[in-house]
Amino acid sequence: MSIKTLTIDGRMVTGAAGESIFDVAWNNGIRIPRLCHVGGISDVGACRLCLVEIEGWPKLAAACLTPVEEGMVVRTQTERLRRHRKLIVELLLAERNHVCSVCVQNGHCELQDLAAELGVDHVRVYYRFPRLGVDMSHERFGLDHNRCILCTRCVRVCDEVEGAHTWDVAGRGVNCMIVADMGEPWGNSETCTSCGKCVQVCPTGALFEKGKTVGEMYKDRRFLKYIVTAREKRQWIR
Amino acid sequence: MSAQTSVNSPERSSGQAVDQRAKMLERAMSRHHYAGDALLEVLHTAQELYGYLSPGLLREIARKLRLPPSHVYGVATFYHFFTLQPRGEHTVMVCMGTACYVKGALGLLEVLERRCARAGSTSPDGKVSVGTARCVGACGLAPVIVWDGEILGRVTPQELNRRLDALAVAEVRDDG
Ligand code: SF4
Ligand code: FES
Repeated sequence: MSIKTLTIDGRMVTGAAGESIFDVAWNNGIRIPRLCHVGGISDVGACRLCLVEIEGWPKLAAACLTPVEEGMVVRTQTERLRRHRKLIVELLLAERNHVCSVCVQNGHCELQDLAAELGVDHVRVYYRFPRLGVDMSHERFGLDHNRCILCTRCVRVCDEVEGAHTWDVAGRGVNCMIVADMGEPWGNSETCTSCGKCVQVCPTGALFEKGKTVGEMYKDRRFLKYIVTAREKRQWIR
Repeated sequence: MSAQTSVNSPERSSGQAVDQRAKMLERAMSRHHYAGDALLEVLHTAQELYGYLSPGLLREIARKLRLPPSHVYGVATFYHFFTLQPRGEHTVMVCMGTACYVKGALGLLEVLERRCARAGSTSPDGKVSVGTARCVGACGLAPVIVWDGEILGRVTPQELNRRLDALAVAEVRDDG
């Protein structure tokens, strides 16, 4: 396997050919913000928070989808990137109804953490306040569309790890919605195995376990690495 | 899983017609070797045959092409071309091309939306499906509507109202 040497934020790092800038950076302790990427499933480049600057490239690149190249000079923390990331988070907040004070995920939400980290103290665009439903039809879990950022982590983990492909995205543009099977109540789904993987990877409080109240929902996605390693290497590492 | 042979059988069609359509859909799928990546072509055929894509029909297509239902549903709802509701008895399209727009297409659409349904849907009484189009290529006749496939030019809101009256579409409701 060929090795690529590159510079990220002034540091010389190496990665395997085909590895993403994102993975190589994180392996070297350089943290790039992200909401749609999650280790163990494929990347789609949906959130654009991992945008980085690459010397000689006319455009910004999504680190999660860009493979490392020999001699690349990558910057992950410039003022310009910070500005873009901040606006992206504001747009996400304005798109649906994110009310932290009543959310099960309050205090350990990836969206909230990112907003805090980027210093989002107010939102400069108009809130859309869409009227969206909450699907409580499943026996054990709930889906609150108001808190969904359409990262599609749930769709991918269900397809790629569980293999059920219960979730997908319906509609287009501003009308996009996560749907189970034929857009029916989750509890009626014939394909859902109730494994709960989607709940654990969801970065916000959109997917949650029933019975949890404000701030009580903790997500744990260590299972992903465990299962993926087991599948690929036949090793069960806790 | 349900044994669906007659997928969505509108009462008005005879059993034989249903069979015929199901057979034609089957043929379209087999022509593509039931390959998942032929989904779009198959959805096109299904919509042409049945006029709309019912949940039963979509499920059947998913099963035959060995695709997850949510994926099929996602594709069907992504394209404006597909409709998941039965079409009304009449289909009225308002051309929203530049010429028609300038000549008052919006006023025509307002009449339809007030009396029948939002663009892209069907009136509750099932009489009229309302749609919009981007330039039907008859700009000289602006504003144009396409009434059941027939192009009508220089349409006024009055004329449109008269046509709807003739269908006994409920009188103009209060704005709101
Ligand atoms: S429900 Fe959660 S995991 Fe799924 S798309 Fe929405 S935010 Fe992402
Ligand atoms: S993490 Fe790269 S686009 Fe979301």
